[in-house]
Amino acid sequence: MNQLAKRKNSFFGLLQMDQSGLLIALIAIGIVLSILSPAFFTPNNIMNILRQASPSMIAAIGMTMIILSGEIDLSVGSLQAFAGVLGVMAMNYTGNIFVGIIVTLGAGCSAGLLNGFLVTKLKLNSLIATLGTMAIFRGVIMVITQAVSQPIKVKGFSEIGMGSIGIFPTPLLIVIFLIAAFYFVLNNTAFGRYIYAVGGNKEASALAGLSVSRIKLQVFVIGNILFSISAIILTSRLDSGQAIAGVGMEMTVIAAVILGGVSLNGGIGSLTGAIIGVLILGVLQNGLVLMDVNTFYHDIVRGTVIIIAVYIDVRRKQSADIRLLKESQASL
Amino acid sequence: MGTANDCWLDLQGISKYFPGVHALDKVKFDLRKGEVHALVGENGAGKSTLIKIIAGIYHGFDGQMRFENEVVTFRNPNEAINKGISVIYQELNLVPNMSIAENIYFSHLPTYRAGIVNKKKVYEDTKILLDYIGLSEDPRTLLKKLPVAKQQLVEIAKAISLDTKVIIMDEPTSALSPSEIDNLFRIIKDLKAKGCGIIYVSHKLEEILKATDRITVLRDGKYVDTINTSDATQQQIISLMVGRELSDLYPKQGGSIGDVMLDVQGLTSYHVKDISFNVRSGEIVGFSGLMGAGRTELTRAIIGSDKRLVGKVIVDGIELKRNDTRESKQAGIGYVPENRKEQGIFGDASIKFNMTISTIKNFVRFNGIKRRKELTSVNDMVNRLGIKTPSVTQLIQKLSGGNQQKVILARSLIKEDLKVLIVDEPTRGIDIGAKAEIYTILDQLTRRGIAVIIVSSEMPEILTMCDRIYVMKRGRINAEINNEDATQELLLQSAI
Repeated sequence: MNQLAKRKNSFFGLLQMDQSGLLIALIAIGIVLSILSPAFFTPNNIMNILRQASPSMIAAIGMTMIILSGEIDLSVGSLQAFAGVLGVMAMNYTGNIFVGIIVTLGAGCSAGLLNGFLVTKLKLNSLIATLGTMAIFRGVIMVITQAVSQPIKVKGFSEIGMGSIGIFPTPLLIVIFLIAAFYFVLNNTAFGRYIYAVGGNKEASALAGLSVSRIKLQVFVIGNILFSISAIILTSRLDSGQAIAGVGMEMTVIAAVILGGVSLNGGIGSLTGAIIGVLILGVLQNGLVLMDVNTFYHDIVRGTVIIIAVYIDVRRKQSADIRLLKESQASL
Repeated sequence: MGTANDCWLDLQGISKYFPGVHALDKVKFDLRKGEVHALVGENGAGKSTLIKIIAGIYHGFDGQMRFENEVVTFRNPNEAINKGISVIYQELNLVPNMSIAENIYFSHLPTYRAGIVNKKKVYEDTKILLDYIGLSEDPRTLLKKLPVAKQQLVEIAKAISLDTKVIIMDEPTSALSPSEIDNLFRIIKDLKAKGCGIIYVSHKLEEILKATDRITVLRDGKYVDTINTSDATQQQIISLMVGRELSDLYPKQGGSIGDVMLDVQGLTSYHVKDISFNVRSGEIVGFSGLMGAGRTELTRAIIGSDKRLVGKVIVDGIELKRNDTRESKQAGIGYVPENRKEQGIFGDASIKFNMTISTIKNFVRFNGIKRRKELTSVNDMVNRLGIKTPSVTQLIQKLSGGNQQKVILARSLIKEDLKVLIVDEPTRGIDIGAKAEIYTILDQLTRRGIAVIIVSSEMPEILTMCDRIYVMKRGRINAEINNEDATQELLLQSAI
């Protein structure tokens, strides 16, 4: 389905970085880090990286769908705090884990309806609309909690984020299940095709009889529910509901998805690429920690990676255009 | 042709190529001092290309252009303006949020020595100009408060203020009422008396006969003839414009015509008014008309992509209730849009993806898309329509225009319940061979009992393929013509 990913590497091969290129980049970073730090390539550390990256990977699934459909969602980090804290409060009030989970998912669903409504019905640019909801979600949860951390009083909830089944961290198993499910959705269902279609060419989609607004609204709702699932794991790992959770998450997730080859213009990219993108950022972060690099530098590294990712996106598009031009000239 | 001294412009052997198109082929044109010279031709004849060459928008053409007997090559529009060549385009080049005076003197504001604008002089000069062109508005009025007709006069005033020698008017009367047209002709006469040369581009032959001195006809990018207006008749101009032989490109055999498949009653949108017509099963109905007559907008209102304000669209007895393309698709309407690249294809996706995007639900079972079934249907279509490609997973943007168009057609044909197919400019920008193949496909569809609507600016296509033809003009149906009675002349007369 995604032909771009299958293209043979050409002159700009390295810059194009299809999925195998991404995988090679991930492995290369891994090798460098294992040389620099003996603690890196140990089963414990690898599982630790995967556990830490779990919330980002789940958020990246949602973000991939939203960006593929030609939109973007900056409210992801605020939504994690908003949905997570509401869930914790509900859980503490009722003493029931499931109520907490349902409230968190409900908050995600409502946020998706709101974001989707702003973008599809009010026709706002999603960058601006979600910049607004990003501030609103964060503000609302700050007001509710007065920025006071909400400790979880119900036993067992921390198992979701901290527990393991065998050697596998529980959150990783949740991630694997979700990746498999949404890989299927994107590649084997009509809905998946529609997401690529509305992101690839909105006008052609409408004229081909697709309901563009409805599809985008659905994508926002599903995407934001995924953000709230990542919030469940995040709050469980923090063992408390914190109004400042997920600050800067939008940058990490969007950078990872673009690094993974999903085009900001929509319609191009794959879920596997996006997940590898998250892992690259996760591994880098872990390496910096292991090497005792001051955390202030982490932001600089992350920012640099974001710029490189966007540059790769631009170059990928340019070189694809150049090649097409050459091919069409050759066929004349 | 005039001698050296009495000509503003003299163009010889002008040729201009675009990739794949010979837009102008050794065209000649000259403009004498104090004359109004009409430039006529069908859509795509090369009029606008020629204008853009004179105005300095296109450079890099073959041939020679002389201005006042001196060879010139304009590298940009400013160089043309500095020589005294002004163009008044159909789409006006004015700033809505500036006053009339500022719009007129935008590029050459009178200033004091220190560079400060002499506002008093601007307004006084503007007042004189406005009186001259017959506008009584205050020069300080914001342009956007004027109706389009008056904005056009402002554009003319701007040209006059630039001390223009040559004025090119592109369809200047399209937005004007009869009395405003008379006013325009008065101004033209006056400019003529001052020695200006005017190139008058229009589809309206009555006006051309009334207001011009000579007429040059272009057809398919070639020079046809230049005649004196005093000797010309409307019939003569039309036959010069049309001129070509109908080839045997068109394979029409026709199907048996059955019941009404699409019934449109009193349909009104923001762009079309009170449209009523029907198409029967096995019938091909054509929509002809000038650019901007509302043909594409009509099709968009039918499929629900433009808002339907009043009226009914009934497909095979079932009325479309909602205003949404999904509903019309489900009712059995297939649509091939006008601009393939912008509105038709998903360029970054495969042929298969492009072909089944409308019908993918038919290939889905509980465990996802039945890929083999999908592949079989797609391959079947590729063979039936003769789409030339090594593989159906090929990116659609790598195909030629004709093959892309076949894929978009296949998107509708793959629907098992297709009842009505609407194609807008089905053969625009594709080569002759693929054209003939697309005509054959459309013809075969009628034998499947499908009702076909063709919107086209190519008259031979409309004349040979269609059983009935509706001619549109300014958002309304102006004429309904049966195939036996239809001629290019009649279509053109009904459209103008």
